Amino acid sequence: MIIKAIISVVAFLVLGPFLGGLLAGLDRKLSAKMQRRVGPPVLQPFYDVGKLFQKEKQTPTRFQDFYVILFVVFIIASGVLFFMGGDLLLVIFTLTIGAAFLIIAAYSSNSPYAELGAERELLAMMAYEPMVLITVIGFYMYGGSFRVSEIMAADNMAFLPLIGIFFGWVFILTLKFRKSPFDLSMSHHAHQELVRGATTEFVGRTMGWIEISHWYENVFLLGFVFLFFANGTAWGWIIGIVVALLTYFFEVFIDNCFARMKWQFAFKSAWVVAVVLGMINLFVLYICF
Amino acid sequence: MSAAYVTKSPWVVHYDGSSCNGCDIEVLACLTPMYDVERFGIINCGNPKHADVFLVTGSVNEQNKGIVKQIYEQMPEPKVVVAVGICACSGGIFKDCYNVMGGVDQVIPVDAYVPGCAARPEAIIDAVVKGLGVLQAKRDAMVKAVDAPAEEVAEAAAEEVATEEKKAGAVPPIFTMAEIKVNTMDFLKK
Ligand code: SF4
Repeated sequence: MIIKAIISVVAFLVLGPFLGGLLAGLDRKLSAKMQRRVGPPVLQPFYDVGKLFQKEKQTPTRFQDFYVILFVVFIIASGVLFFMGGDLLLVIFTLTIGAAFLIIAAYSSNSPYAELGAERELLAMMAYEPMVLITVIGFYMYGGSFRVSEIMAADNMAFLPLIGIFFGWVFILTLKFRKSPFDLSMSHHAHQELVRGATTEFVGRTMGWIEISHWYENVFLLGFVFLFFANGTAWGWIIGIVVALLTYFFEVFIDNCFARMKWQFAFKSAWVVAVVLGMINLFVLYICF
Repeated sequence: MSAAYVTKSPWVVHYDGSSCNGCDIEVLACLTPMYDVERFGIINCGNPKHADVFLVTGSVNEQNKGIVKQIYEQMPEPKVVVAVGICACSGGIFKDCYNVMGGVDQVIPVDAYVPGCAARPEAIIDAVVKGLGVLQAKRDAMVKAVDAPAEEVAEAAAEEVATEEKKAGAVPPIFTMAEIKVNTMDFLKK
Protein backbone atom coordinates (compact mmCIF):
# COMPACT_ATOMS: atom_id res chain seq x y z
CA MET A 1 0.00 0.00 0.00
CA ILE A 2 2.69 2.46 1.08
CA ILE A 3 4.95 1.41 -1.78
CA LYS A 4 2.13 1.91 -4.24
CA ALA A 5 1.50 5.38 -2.82
CA ILE A 6 5.18 6.30 -3.07
CA ILE A 7 5.36 5.08 -6.67
CA SER A 8 2.34 7.09 -7.74
CA VAL A 9 3.61 10.24 -5.98
CA VAL A 10 7.02 9.95 -7.68
CA ALA A 11 5.28 9.26 -10.99
CA PHE A 12 3.16 12.39 -10.53
CA LEU A 13 6.14 14.56 -9.59
CA VAL A 14 8.25 13.37 -12.51
CA LEU A 15 5.69 12.68 -15.24
CA GLY A 16 3.12 15.30 -14.20
CA PRO A 17 4.81 18.27 -15.86
CA PHE A 18 5.61 16.25 -18.99
CA LEU A 19 2.06 15.09 -19.36
CA GLY A 20 0.71 18.55 -18.51
CA GLY A 21 3.06 20.24 -20.98
CA LEU A 22 2.19 17.76 -23.67
CA LEU A 23 -1.52 18.32 -23.05
CA ALA A 24 -0.94 22.07 -23.30
CA GLY A 25 0.90 21.53 -26.59
CA LEU A 26 -1.87 19.33 -27.95
CA ASP A 27 -4.35 21.99 -26.85
CA ARG A 28 -2.56 24.61 -28.94
CA LYS A 29 -2.16 22.30 -31.90
CA LEU A 30 -5.83 21.30 -31.75
CA SER A 31 -6.97 24.90 -31.37
CA ALA A 32 -4.88 25.80 -34.42
CA LYS A 33 -6.42 22.97 -36.41
CA MET A 34 -9.89 24.06 -35.38
CA GLN A 35 -9.05 27.52 -36.73
CA ARG A 36 -7.56 26.03 -39.91
CA ARG A 37 -4.04 27.01 -38.97
CA VAL A 38 -0.91 24.89 -38.91
CA GLY A 39 -0.19 25.70 -35.30
CA PRO A 40 2.97 25.45 -33.21
CA PRO A 41 4.92 22.24 -32.61
CA VAL A 42 3.41 20.03 -29.92
CA LEU A 43 6.47 20.64 -27.75
CA GLN A 44 5.98 24.42 -27.94
CA PRO A 45 4.96 24.82 -24.26
CA PHE A 46 8.30 23.30 -23.23
CA TYR A 47 10.17 25.73 -25.48
CA ASP A 48 8.16 28.58 -23.98
CA VAL A 49 9.00 27.62 -20.43
CA GLY A 50 12.62 26.95 -21.39
CA LYS A 51 12.77 30.45 -22.80
CA LEU A 52 11.10 31.99 -19.77
CA PHE A 53 13.84 30.50 -17.61
CA GLN A 54 16.46 32.11 -19.86
CA LYS A 55 15.07 35.61 -19.42
CA GLU A 56 16.34 38.30 -17.13
CA LYS A 57 15.00 38.31 -13.58
CA GLN A 58 12.58 41.13 -12.93
CA THR A 59 10.08 41.50 -10.15
CA PRO A 60 8.05 44.46 -8.97
CA THR A 61 8.26 43.51 -5.28
CA ARG A 62 10.30 40.82 -3.62
CA PHE A 63 7.20 39.51 -1.88
CA GLN A 64 5.72 38.50 -5.19
CA ASP A 65 8.28 35.74 -5.70
CA PHE A 66 7.66 34.47 -2.20
CA TYR A 67 3.92 34.13 -2.87
CA VAL A 68 4.55 32.52 -6.23
CA ILE A 69 6.79 29.91 -4.60
CA LEU A 70 4.05 29.19 -2.08
CA PHE A 71 1.56 28.86 -4.94
CA VAL A 72 3.78 26.34 -6.70
CA VAL A 73 4.40 24.37 -3.51
CA PHE A 74 0.73 24.16 -2.55
CA ILE A 75 -0.45 23.23 -6.02
CA ILE A 76 2.11 20.44 -6.25
CA ALA A 77 1.29 19.40 -2.68
CA SER A 78 -2.41 19.07 -3.47
CA GLY A 79 -1.55 16.84 -6.44
CA VAL A 80 0.79 14.77 -4.29
CA LEU A 81 -1.91 14.32 -1.65
CA PHE A 82 -4.34 13.24 -4.34
CA PHE A 83 -2.08 10.70 -6.03
CA MET A 84 -0.91 9.43 -2.66
CA GLY A 85 -4.48 8.31 -2.14
CA GLY A 86 -5.02 10.88 0.59
CA ASP A 87 -8.08 12.62 1.93
CA LEU A 88 -10.13 14.47 -0.71
CA LEU A 89 -11.06 17.24 1.73
CA LEU A 90 -7.40 17.91 2.46
CA VAL A 91 -6.71 17.89 -1.27
CA ILE A 92 -9.26 20.57 -2.11
CA PHE A 93 -8.27 22.77 0.82
CA THR A 94 -4.63 22.62 -0.23
CA LEU A 95 -5.67 23.46 -3.77
CA THR A 96 -7.71 26.44 -2.55
CA ILE A 97 -4.79 27.76 -0.50
CA GLY A 98 -2.57 27.44 -3.56
CA ALA A 99 -5.05 29.39 -5.67
CA ALA A 100 -5.27 32.03 -2.94
CA PHE A 101 -1.50 32.56 -3.02
CA LEU A 102 -1.63 33.18 -6.76
CA ILE A 103 -4.23 35.87 -6.14
CA ILE A 104 -2.12 37.45 -3.40
CA ALA A 105 0.93 37.34 -5.67
CA ALA A 106 -1.01 39.16 -8.38
CA TYR A 107 -2.27 41.75 -5.88
CA SER A 108 1.20 42.33 -4.46
CA SER A 109 2.46 43.73 -7.76
CA ASN A 110 0.26 46.83 -7.45
CA SER A 111 -0.28 46.80 -11.20
CA PRO A 112 -3.83 47.76 -12.16
CA TYR A 113 -4.05 44.93 -14.72
CA ALA A 114 -2.78 42.28 -12.34
CA GLU A 115 -5.07 43.58 -9.60
CA LEU A 116 -8.15 43.43 -11.79
CA GLY A 117 -7.09 39.96 -12.90
CA ALA A 118 -6.69 38.92 -9.28
CA GLU A 119 -10.13 40.27 -8.44
CA ARG A 120 -11.65 38.26 -11.28
CA GLU A 121 -9.70 35.20 -10.21
CA LEU A 122 -11.23 35.63 -6.77
CA LEU A 123 -14.71 35.79 -8.31
CA ALA A 124 -13.97 32.71 -10.40
CA MET A 125 -12.89 30.94 -7.23
CA MET A 126 -16.14 31.86 -5.53
CA ALA A 127 -17.96 30.57 -8.58
CA TYR A 128 -16.37 27.12 -8.72
CA GLU A 129 -15.76 26.43 -5.04
CA PRO A 130 -19.33 25.21 -4.20
CA MET A 131 -19.23 22.63 -6.98
CA VAL A 132 -15.81 21.40 -5.82
CA LEU A 133 -17.19 20.87 -2.32
CA ILE A 134 -20.30 19.14 -3.66
CA THR A 135 -18.13 16.79 -5.72
CA VAL A 136 -16.16 15.74 -2.69
CA ILE A 137 -19.28 15.31 -0.59
CA GLY A 138 -20.81 13.25 -3.39
CA PHE A 139 -17.86 10.85 -3.36
CA TYR A 140 -18.23 10.53 0.38
CA MET A 141 -21.99 9.91 0.30
CA TYR A 142 -21.61 7.28 -2.37
CA GLY A 143 -18.48 5.45 -1.24
CA GLY A 144 -18.52 6.25 2.46
CA SER A 145 -14.98 7.53 2.42
CA PHE A 146 -13.04 10.69 1.63
CA ARG A 147 -9.86 8.76 0.92
CA VAL A 148 -8.84 8.55 -2.73
CA SER A 149 -7.24 5.14 -2.24
CA GLU A 150 -10.53 3.70 -0.94
CA ILE A 151 -12.59 5.31 -3.70
CA MET A 152 -10.22 3.85 -6.29
CA ALA A 153 -10.48 0.38 -4.77
CA ALA A 154 -14.30 0.43 -4.62
CA ASP A 155 -16.22 -2.25 -6.51
CA ASN A 156 -18.50 0.03 -8.47
CA MET A 157 -17.83 3.00 -10.66
CA ALA A 158 -18.99 6.22 -9.05
CA PHE A 159 -19.86 7.66 -12.46
CA LEU A 160 -23.53 6.67 -12.83
CA PRO A 161 -24.71 7.48 -9.31
CA LEU A 162 -22.71 10.75 -9.48
CA ILE A 163 -23.62 11.62 -13.05
CA GLY A 164 -24.99 15.07 -12.22
CA ILE A 165 -21.92 15.84 -10.17
CA PHE A 166 -19.71 14.60 -12.99
CA PHE A 167 -21.18 17.09 -15.43
CA GLY A 168 -21.02 19.80 -12.79
CA TRP A 169 -17.32 19.03 -12.38
CA VAL A 170 -16.74 19.18 -16.14
CA PHE A 171 -18.50 22.55 -16.14
CA ILE A 172 -16.22 24.07 -13.51
CA LEU A 173 -13.17 22.56 -15.20
CA THR A 174 -13.67 25.31 -17.78
CA LEU A 175 -13.24 27.81 -14.97
CA LYS A 176 -10.29 25.95 -13.47
CA PHE A 177 -8.51 25.56 -16.81
CA ARG A 178 -9.28 29.21 -17.53
CA LYS A 179 -10.78 28.46 -20.90
CA SER A 180 -13.29 30.58 -22.78
CA PRO A 181 -16.04 31.54 -21.95
CA PHE A 182 -14.53 31.74 -18.44
CA ASP A 183 -10.96 32.86 -19.08
CA LEU A 184 -11.65 36.22 -17.52
CA SER A 185 -8.80 36.39 -14.99
CA MET A 186 -5.95 35.40 -17.29
CA SER A 187 -6.16 34.07 -20.78
CA HIS A 188 -3.85 31.60 -22.44
CA HIS A 189 -4.66 33.27 -25.70
CA ALA A 190 -3.03 36.32 -27.08
CA HIS A 191 -4.73 39.58 -26.32
CA GLN A 192 -7.29 40.28 -23.73
CA GLU A 193 -8.66 43.46 -22.30
CA LEU A 194 -6.52 43.11 -19.15
CA VAL A 195 -3.23 42.61 -21.01
CA ARG A 196 -2.42 39.27 -19.37
CA GLY A 197 -4.70 39.57 -16.36
CA ALA A 198 -3.34 38.19 -13.12
CA THR A 199 -0.09 37.06 -14.75
CA THR A 200 0.75 40.48 -16.22
CA GLU A 201 3.54 41.19 -13.76
CA PHE A 202 5.15 37.77 -13.65
CA VAL A 203 8.37 37.92 -15.62
CA GLY A 204 10.79 35.27 -16.82
CA ARG A 205 11.31 32.36 -14.47
CA THR A 206 8.44 33.42 -12.21
CA MET A 207 6.12 33.00 -15.16
CA GLY A 208 7.87 29.74 -15.99
CA TRP A 209 7.07 28.37 -12.55
CA ILE A 210 3.45 29.47 -12.91
CA GLU A 211 3.21 27.57 -16.21
CA ILE A 212 4.77 24.45 -14.70
CA SER A 213 2.38 24.47 -11.76
CA HIS A 214 -0.53 24.89 -14.17
CA TRP A 215 0.64 21.72 -15.87
CA TYR A 216 0.69 19.93 -12.54
CA GLU A 217 -2.72 21.35 -11.70
CA ASN A 218 -4.26 20.28 -15.02
CA VAL A 219 -3.04 16.71 -14.65
CA PHE A 220 -4.39 16.57 -11.15
CA LEU A 221 -7.77 18.07 -12.12
CA LEU A 222 -8.10 15.46 -14.87
CA GLY A 223 -7.25 12.93 -12.16
CA PHE A 224 -10.55 13.94 -10.55
CA VAL A 225 -12.35 13.02 -13.78
CA PHE A 226 -10.52 9.70 -13.68
CA LEU A 227 -11.70 9.13 -10.14
CA PHE A 228 -15.33 8.97 -11.31
CA PHE A 229 -14.52 5.81 -13.27
CA ALA A 230 -11.83 4.15 -11.22
CA ASN A 231 -12.75 0.87 -9.63
CA GLY A 232 -10.52 -2.07 -8.81
CA THR A 233 -10.41 -3.34 -12.41
CA ALA A 234 -8.28 -2.52 -15.43
CA TRP A 235 -11.42 -1.46 -17.34
CA GLY A 236 -12.04 1.26 -14.78
CA TRP A 237 -8.54 2.56 -15.44
CA ILE A 238 -8.88 2.48 -19.20
CA ILE A 239 -12.30 4.12 -19.27
CA GLY A 240 -11.15 6.69 -16.71
CA ILE A 241 -8.09 7.71 -18.71
CA VAL A 242 -10.00 7.82 -22.00
CA VAL A 243 -12.79 9.93 -20.51
CA ALA A 244 -10.26 12.26 -18.87
CA LEU A 245 -8.61 12.85 -22.26
CA LEU A 246 -11.99 13.29 -23.95
CA THR A 247 -12.91 15.84 -21.29
CA TYR A 248 -9.76 17.76 -22.08
CA PHE A 249 -10.58 17.66 -25.78
CA PHE A 250 -14.08 18.87 -24.98
CA GLU A 251 -12.67 21.81 -22.99
CA VAL A 252 -10.47 22.78 -25.94
CA PHE A 253 -13.49 22.57 -28.21
CA ILE A 254 -15.57 24.77 -25.91
CA ASP A 255 -12.65 27.17 -25.66
CA ASN A 256 -12.70 27.64 -29.42
CA CYS A 257 -16.47 27.98 -29.69
CA PHE A 258 -17.17 30.72 -27.18
CA ALA A 259 -16.24 34.30 -26.58
CA ARG A 260 -15.30 35.51 -23.12
CA MET A 261 -18.28 36.12 -20.84
CA LYS A 262 -18.59 38.65 -18.05
CA TRP A 263 -17.89 37.56 -14.50
CA GLN A 264 -21.57 37.88 -13.60
CA PHE A 265 -22.43 35.13 -16.05
CA ALA A 266 -19.57 32.94 -14.87
CA PHE A 267 -20.68 33.35 -11.30
CA LYS A 268 -24.40 32.79 -11.85
CA SER A 269 -24.03 29.86 -14.23
CA ALA A 270 -21.55 28.06 -11.98
CA TRP A 271 -23.86 28.42 -9.00
CA VAL A 272 -26.91 27.36 -10.98
CA VAL A 273 -25.02 24.28 -12.17
CA ALA A 274 -23.89 23.55 -8.62
CA VAL A 275 -27.45 23.81 -7.31
CA VAL A 276 -29.22 22.01 -10.14
CA LEU A 277 -26.77 19.25 -11.01
CA GLY A 278 -24.88 19.01 -7.74
CA MET A 279 -27.55 19.42 -5.09
CA ILE A 280 -30.16 17.29 -6.85
CA ASN A 281 -27.58 14.55 -7.30
CA LEU A 282 -26.72 14.76 -3.61
CA PHE A 283 -30.42 14.60 -2.72
CA VAL A 284 -30.92 11.48 -4.84
CA LEU A 285 -27.88 9.90 -3.21
CA TYR A 286 -29.33 10.76 0.20
CA ILE A 287 -32.60 9.01 -0.64
CA CYS A 288 -31.14 5.94 -2.36
CA PHE A 289 -28.02 5.11 -0.35
CA MET B 1 25.70 27.11 -23.72
CA SER B 2 22.26 26.09 -22.70
CA ALA B 3 19.71 25.03 -25.29
CA ALA B 4 18.53 27.74 -27.63
CA TYR B 5 15.04 28.18 -26.28
CA VAL B 6 15.09 31.96 -26.77
CA THR B 7 14.88 31.48 -30.49
CA LYS B 8 12.05 29.00 -30.33
CA SER B 9 9.36 31.04 -28.65
CA PRO B 10 9.60 34.70 -29.58
CA TRP B 11 6.69 36.49 -28.00
CA VAL B 12 5.82 39.78 -29.58
CA VAL B 13 4.52 43.08 -28.26
CA HIS B 14 3.25 45.44 -30.90
CA TYR B 15 3.06 49.21 -30.51
CA ASP B 16 1.53 51.60 -32.98
CA GLY B 17 3.61 54.78 -32.86
CA SER B 18 1.95 57.10 -35.29
CA SER B 19 1.31 54.64 -38.04
CA CYS B 20 -1.47 55.17 -40.57
CA ASN B 21 -2.65 51.68 -39.47
CA GLY B 22 -1.52 50.16 -42.76
CA CYS B 23 1.43 48.45 -41.13
CA ASP B 24 -0.62 47.44 -38.07
CA ILE B 25 -3.05 45.60 -40.27
CA GLU B 26 -0.14 43.79 -41.88
CA VAL B 27 1.28 42.88 -38.45
CA LEU B 28 -2.07 41.41 -37.47
CA ALA B 29 -2.33 39.70 -40.84
CA CYS B 30 0.67 37.61 -39.77
CA LEU B 31 -1.55 35.99 -37.13
CA THR B 32 -4.23 34.89 -39.56
CA PRO B 33 -4.50 31.33 -40.90
CA MET B 34 -2.90 32.54 -44.12
CA TYR B 35 0.49 33.27 -42.51
CA ASP B 36 0.03 31.76 -39.04
CA VAL B 37 3.17 32.91 -37.23
CA GLU B 38 2.33 30.59 -34.34
CA ARG B 39 4.05 27.95 -36.48
CA PHE B 40 7.31 29.45 -35.22
CA GLY B 41 6.04 29.79 -31.67
CA ILE B 42 5.43 33.51 -32.20
CA ILE B 43 2.64 34.86 -30.04
CA ASN B 44 1.33 38.39 -30.00
CA CYS B 45 1.20 38.65 -26.23
CA GLY B 46 0.51 42.35 -25.82
CA ASN B 47 2.49 42.50 -22.59
CA PRO B 48 5.96 44.05 -22.62
CA LYS B 49 6.92 42.05 -19.54
CA HIS B 50 6.43 38.75 -21.36
CA ALA B 51 7.70 39.87 -24.73
CA ASP B 52 10.99 39.13 -26.49
CA VAL B 53 10.38 41.07 -29.69
CA PHE B 54 9.13 44.64 -29.86
CA LEU B 55 7.38 45.48 -33.14
CA VAL B 56 6.99 49.21 -33.68
CA THR B 57 4.99 50.64 -36.53
CA GLY B 58 4.93 54.30 -37.41
CA SER B 59 7.39 57.04 -36.61
CA VAL B 60 8.17 58.47 -33.21
CA ASN B 61 7.15 61.94 -32.22
CA GLU B 62 7.31 64.08 -29.09
CA GLN B 63 4.05 62.56 -27.85
CA ASN B 64 4.97 58.91 -27.99
CA LYS B 65 8.72 58.78 -27.51
CA GLY B 66 8.26 58.31 -23.75
CA ILE B 67 5.88 55.44 -24.33
CA VAL B 68 8.19 53.70 -26.78
CA LYS B 69 11.06 54.06 -24.31
CA GLN B 70 8.95 52.78 -21.44
CA ILE B 71 7.77 49.70 -23.29
CA TYR B 72 11.35 48.99 -24.28
CA GLU B 73 12.58 49.32 -20.72
CA GLN B 74 9.82 47.10 -19.34
CA MET B 75 10.89 44.20 -21.53
CA PRO B 76 13.29 41.81 -19.79
CA GLU B 77 16.58 40.98 -21.52
CA PRO B 78 17.25 39.45 -24.01
CA LYS B 79 15.07 41.55 -26.32
CA VAL B 80 14.97 42.64 -29.92
CA VAL B 81 13.36 45.64 -31.59
CA VAL B 82 11.94 45.42 -35.10
CA ALA B 83 10.92 48.59 -36.92
CA VAL B 84 8.03 47.72 -39.21
CA GLY B 85 7.31 49.88 -42.23
CA ILE B 86 9.27 52.74 -43.68
CA CYS B 87 7.73 55.16 -41.16
CA ALA B 88 9.29 53.22 -38.30
CA CYS B 89 12.58 52.88 -40.17
CA SER B 90 13.17 56.51 -41.02
CA GLY B 91 10.02 58.52 -40.68
CA GLY B 92 8.98 57.73 -44.24
CA ILE B 93 6.68 60.21 -45.90
CA PHE B 94 6.15 61.93 -42.55
CA LYS B 95 9.86 62.53 -42.05
CA ASP B 96 9.73 66.26 -42.58
CA CYS B 97 6.66 66.93 -40.50
CA TYR B 98 7.34 69.48 -37.75
CA ASN B 99 6.36 67.04 -34.98
CA VAL B 100 8.03 63.86 -36.26
CA MET B 101 11.42 62.94 -34.82
CA GLY B 102 12.14 60.23 -37.41
CA GLY B 103 12.52 56.50 -37.17
CA VAL B 104 12.25 54.43 -34.02
CA ASP B 105 16.04 54.28 -33.79
CA GLN B 106 15.94 57.93 -32.65
CA VAL B 107 14.83 56.76 -29.20
CA ILE B 108 15.68 53.06 -28.81
CA PRO B 109 18.20 50.74 -30.46
CA VAL B 110 16.64 48.90 -33.40
CA ASP B 111 17.86 45.45 -34.45
CA ALA B 112 15.95 44.87 -37.67
CA TYR B 113 14.34 47.19 -40.18
CA VAL B 114 11.46 46.16 -42.41
CA PRO B 115 11.01 48.49 -45.37
CA GLY B 116 7.78 48.84 -47.29
CA CYS B 117 4.68 50.95 -47.20
CA ALA B 118 2.94 48.98 -45.92
CA ALA B 119 5.45 46.29 -44.94
CA ARG B 120 4.42 42.91 -46.30
CA PRO B 121 3.56 40.16 -43.80
CA GLU B 122 6.25 37.94 -45.32
CA ALA B 123 8.85 40.64 -44.70
CA ILE B 124 7.65 41.12 -41.12
CA ILE B 125 7.88 37.40 -40.39
CA ASP B 126 11.30 37.33 -42.03
CA ALA B 127 12.48 40.21 -39.86
CA VAL B 128 11.28 38.57 -36.65
CA VAL B 129 12.97 35.31 -37.62
CA LYS B 130 16.17 37.23 -38.47
CA GLY B 131 15.90 39.03 -35.16
CA LEU B 132 16.12 35.66 -33.45
CA GLY B 133 19.82 35.50 -34.32
CA VAL B 134 20.33 38.77 -32.47
CA LEU B 135 18.23 37.44 -29.61
CA GLN B 136 20.49 34.40 -29.33
CA ALA B 137 23.63 36.57 -29.40
CA LYS B 138 22.23 38.72 -26.60
CA ARG B 139 21.36 35.66 -24.56
CA ASP B 140 24.88 34.28 -24.98
CA ALA B 141 26.25 37.62 -23.84
CA MET B 142 23.97 37.42 -20.79
CA VAL B 143 25.35 34.00 -19.91
CA LYS B 144 28.90 35.32 -20.20
CA ALA B 145 28.03 38.38 -18.13
CA VAL B 146 27.77 36.21 -15.04
CA ASP B 147 31.53 36.18 -14.54
CA ALA B 148 32.93 38.82 -16.89
CA PRO B 149 33.19 42.57 -16.12
CA ALA B 150 30.43 44.65 -17.66
CA GLU B 151 32.40 46.57 -20.31
CA GLU B 152 33.94 43.47 -21.83
CA VAL B 153 30.53 41.91 -22.07
CA ALA B 154 29.08 44.95 -23.79
CA GLU B 155 31.90 44.87 -26.34
CA ALA B 156 31.54 41.15 -26.91
CA ALA B 157 27.80 41.52 -27.35
CA ALA B 158 28.25 44.32 -29.87
CA GLU B 159 30.75 42.19 -31.78
CA GLU B 160 28.52 39.18 -31.79
CA VAL B 161 25.54 41.15 -32.91
CA ALA B 162 27.71 42.55 -35.70
CA THR B 163 28.76 39.07 -36.83
CA GLU B 164 25.20 37.85 -36.61
CA GLU B 165 24.17 40.75 -38.77
CA LYS B 166 26.90 39.89 -41.24
CA LYS B 167 25.62 36.34 -41.37
CA ALA B 168 22.11 37.57 -41.83
CA GLY B 169 23.34 40.00 -44.51
CA ALA B 170 22.37 37.47 -47.15
CA VAL B 171 18.90 38.99 -47.11
CA PRO B 172 19.61 42.68 -47.59
CA PRO B 173 16.17 44.34 -47.32
CA ILE B 174 15.78 43.41 -43.69
CA PHE B 175 18.95 44.85 -42.29
CA THR B 176 20.87 47.58 -44.01
CA MET B 177 19.66 51.08 -43.42
CA ALA B 178 21.52 52.49 -46.46
CA GLU B 179 19.64 50.23 -48.82
CA ILE B 180 16.35 51.14 -47.29
CA LYS B 181 17.08 54.80 -47.87
CA VAL B 182 17.94 54.11 -51.50
CA ASN B 183 14.78 52.05 -51.88
CA THR B 184 12.69 54.79 -50.35
CA MET B 185 14.17 57.43 -52.61
CA ASP B 186 13.46 55.24 -55.63
CA PHE B 187 9.97 54.72 -54.40
CA LEU B 188 9.36 58.42 -53.88
CA LYS B 189 10.79 59.27 -57.31
CA LYS B 190 8.38 56.86 -58.92
S1 SF4 C 1 4.96 52.67 -43.73
FE1 SF4 C 1 3.16 53.25 -44.93
S2 SF4 C 1 1.59 51.79 -44.28
FE2 SF4 C 1 3.21 51.73 -42.76
S3 SF4 C 1 2.58 53.17 -41.22
FE3 SF4 C 1 3.89 54.31 -42.62
S4 SF4 C 1 2.49 55.22 -44.09
FE4 SF4 C 1 1.34 53.60 -43.01
